[in-house]
Amino acid sequence: MYWFIYFLISLVAAPLLVGIINKVKAFFAGRKGPRLLQLYFDIFKLLKKDRILSNTSTIIMEICPIVNLTAVVVASALMPIAGYPSPLGFEGDIILFFYLFGLGRIATIFAALDTGSAFEGMGASREAQFSAIVELVIFTIITFLALISTGGFSLDLLLDVSITNTGVGLAITPLLLITLAFLIVLLCENCRVPFDDPETHLELTMIHEAMILDNAGPDLAIIHYAAALKLWTMSGFLVMLILPKLIINGFVTVCCYIIGIIVIGAFIGVVESILARARFVKIPQLILSAFTIALIAILLHSIFRY
Amino acid sequence: MNNLFIEAKNATAIKLAEIPLLSYNTFKGALLEATKEDARHIISLFVKQNPISAPTQFTLYAIIGDKEKHAFLVTSTGVGYEYPSLSNDLSQLSWFEREIAEQYGIVPQGHPWLKPIRFHRSCHIGHDAWDRKETDSIDPCVTDYFTMDGEETHEVAVGPVHAGVIEPGHFRFQCMGEDVYHLEISLGYQHRAVEKLLMNGPTLASQHILETTAGDSSIAHALSYTSAIEALSSQQSKPSKASATLNTILLELERIANHVGDLGALAGDVAYLPTMSYCGRIRGEYLNMTAELAGNRFGRSILLPFGSRLGMNVAQAEKILTWAKTVKADLDNALKLLFDEPSALDRLENTGIVPTEAAKEIGLTGSAGRASGIANDARVDYPLPALGNSYDGYTAITNPSGDVFSRALIRYKELEASHNIIFKLLEEFIAEGKSLDAQTDYLTALPELAADSMAISVTEAWRGELVHVAITNGNGRFARYKITDPSFRNWFGLAYALRNEQISNFPICNKSFNLSYCGTDL
Repeated sequence: MYWFIYFLISLVAAPLLVGIINKVKAFFAGRKGPRLLQLYFDIFKLLKKDRILSNTSTIIMEICPIVNLTAVVVASALMPIAGYPSPLGFEGDIILFFYLFGLGRIATIFAALDTGSAFEGMGASREAQFSAIVELVIFTIITFLALISTGGFSLDLLLDVSITNTGVGLAITPLLLITLAFLIVLLCENCRVPFDDPETHLELTMIHEAMILDNAGPDLAIIHYAAALKLWTMSGFLVMLILPKLIINGFVTVCCYIIGIIVIGAFIGVVESILARARFVKIPQLILSAFTIALIAILLHSIFRY
Repeated sequence: MNNLFIEAKNATAIKLAEIPLLSYNTFKGALLEATKEDARHIISLFVKQNPISAPTQFTLYAIIGDKEKHAFLVTSTGVGYEYPSLSNDLSQLSWFEREIAEQYGIVPQGHPWLKPIRFHRSCHIGHDAWDRKETDSIDPCVTDYFTMDGEETHEVAVGPVHAGVIEPGHFRFQCMGEDVYHLEISLGYQHRAVEKLLMNGPTLASQHILETTAGDSSIAHALSYTSAIEALSSQQSKPSKASATLNTILLELERIANHVGDLGALAGDVAYLPTMSYCGRIRGEYLNMTAELAGNRFGRSILLPFGSRLGMNVAQAEKILTWAKTVKADLDNALKLLFDEPSALDRLENTGIVPTEAAKEIGLTGSAGRASGIANDARVDYPLPALGNSYDGYTAITNPSGDVFSRALIRYKELEASHNIIFKLLEEFIAEGKSLDAQTDYLTALPELAADSMAISVTEAWRGELVHVAITNGNGRFARYKITDPSFRNWFGLAYALRNEQISNFPICNKSFNLSYCGTDL
C-alpha cells in the first residue's frame, strides 16, 4: 500500500526535483530562476506539439524514446522503500535495475546515431565511453552492498543496510564512502556538472543534450520526463543508503524519503553552483576516483569486520 | 631605409605624392626587411584603384606600425591584375591578399591557399580571381576546404546558424575522435560592402555606417573615423583636454563592458554560473553609464569631429564616478569568484595555446596578442591626438602563456587598468570644474578635406588595433576608405589555437578571442 503511494508520488513528483536543482542554482547565481514547476509546463507544452522527424531517420528514432521511458519506469518500479519491498522485486533484481538504465541509454544512443548528425554521433560516442567506465563503479558498489547484506540479493535486502547493520562509530565510514561513490555515479549518469552541463547551448560540449538535438515535440517531452524520473529514482537509491531504517509508520517513512530526495536535489544544485565543468579528458579520472573510493570502502569494511 | 618608407604619426595627414612608389621587388624586400624587427608589424595591406592616367592600374599600399618611433611606415608599389604573392614569405599577409584578390580580382600568384573571404563579386566586372562568371551565383562559404581521409577521421560542420545568440559564421573541423587536427573558419554572411558605401564620402551617413560596422566597437570606430577626418581637415584646432577626457572615458567604458561580458561568457561556458550571472548584470551597468553620457547604450553618434554631440558636465562626471566605483566593487567580487575557483581555472589553463612565435607569425593584435606575449597596445604605441595625454604612463599588459587563461587574465588586468584611467580622468575633470560644451552644428558641419592625401588612424579598440585609412581624391572626397578590424587579423589565431585541441574546448577558445564577424565581413 505505502509502496504504491510512494511509487505514484515518484511518477508525479520527479520533474519537481529538476525544478529544485534549478532554483538552488539560480539562488547561488543571484537570479530568480525558472519556476519550480517549469519542467511540468515544458513537458505539457511539448506534448501538445507535433512530432518532427528528420528525413534521414528510421523507425529506430521513433521507438527509442518510448523504450527509454519504459525502461526507466520499470526500473523505478523495482525500487523499494525501507520496510516496503517492491511487489516486482526478486532475488538479484539489482542487476536488472541498473541494466534497465543501460537499456534506456542504449536506446538513446541508437536514436542519436540514427539521425546521422555529427553532433549526435559525438554525443553518443561520449555517452557510451563514460557509461562503460561508470559500470565498473556500479558493480563495486553492488559488491559492497552484497558483502554487508544480511539477507539475500534483492534490492530490498541489499539497500536495507543503514546504520543499524554496520553499527555506529568508525564502522560507518565504509558506508559513507560508498554513498560518496554513488553520488559521483549519480552525477555522471544523470549528466550533471561536473560531467555534463544540462544548461549549455554549445553543441560541441554536450553529451546527453547532443544526443537529443533532433528530437522534438512529444518525443522530447518523453525524454525530459524519463531523465527526471531517472534522477529521482537514483536519488531515492542514495537516500536508502544513508537514511537509518525507520519503521515508525508508513506515512512518516514515505515523507522522510521524499524529504531526503529533495535534500539531495538541493545538494546537487549547490555542487553545480560551486563547481565548473571538468574537461572531457579528465572525466574518466573522476569516475575512476569513485571506483577507488568504493574499493577503499570494501577494504575498510573487511578490516572492521574481522 | 628613409627612401623606402614615409613616416606618419597616428591621425596625421600625408600627401599621396610623398609616399614612395617602389618597384615590386624593392617593395617586397623593404617589407620583409622592415618586419624582421620586433617593434614592427604589418598593420594593413590594401589596394587602391588609380585614375586612368596613372602608369599602373592599382597601387598596393603597405602600412607597418613602428612602436619605437610611435609612427607608421607607409610604402606602395604599382600592380596590375596579378603579382607574385607575399604570403609565402610573410604569412600574416595571407588574409590581406585574399581580401585584395576578392575585392579587385587581382591574383597574388603562388598564394598558398587562395580562397574568398567574404564571398562577393569583385568591383571589376570581368575580373575575378577564381574565374567565376557573372552568371555564376556566389554563395557564402561555398568553397574548397581542407579535408582528411581515413577510417576514423570525421568532419564536423558548425554554423552558420548557431545555438546561441551569436553572429553567423561557418566552422569546419577535421577531427580524429575528439581531437581537432585543423579548423577552417569561413565568414561572409554579413557582408554589406561598407568600404564601397563610404566611397566619395564623407557624407553625414559615413559615421553612422562606420559605427554600425561592428556594433560592439561603435565608439572605437567613431574615434578612428573622427580622427581621420580631423587629420585631413584644414581646420587645425587641437582637441581640448576635456574633450580628450570624454573620448577616453567612452572608449574605456566600451572596453570594460565588453571585457566584463566576455569573462562572464567564459564562466558560463565552463558551467560556472555565479560569475556568468553577475557579469551579465554588471555589463549592463557599464552600458548604462555609456548611455548616461551618450544617450544610448552603445555610444552611437556621440563623438563628432572636433567635439562631441552632448558634451559632459560636472554633475554627470560625479554621477559616473560614484556609480563606477560601486559597480567596480561588485565586479571585483564576481571575478574573484572565477579566478579563485580551481575547477574553472583548470578548464582555462593550457587550453587553446598560441605560443608567442606563432602569434607573431599570424600577426595577432590586441588583447589576444598581449595574451601571447606581444607587447603591442596602440594606446601607448601610437598615441591618438583625440585622446590627449590620457594614457601617459600606461604600459601594455602582457602575459606569455597564450592559453585561454592568459586571454582571460589580460582582460581581468585591463579591467583594473581601465577603471584606474577612468577614475583619474573623472577626478581631474571634477577638480577642474569646467563642463565640456555640446557641439550644436553637427547636422551641417562636414569639414573640407585636403585633396590627394592619406590619413591613418588607429584606435586600440577592445579587441585590438582598429585601423582606418582614408585616402582622398583631387576633390577632397574619399577615393578609398580602408577598414582593418582587429578581428580580421585574429581569426586565424583562433583556428591555430584549436590545433590538437579537444573539439569540446572550441567554445571556450572561441569565447576567449570573441572576434567580430560583422567587423570582418564589412
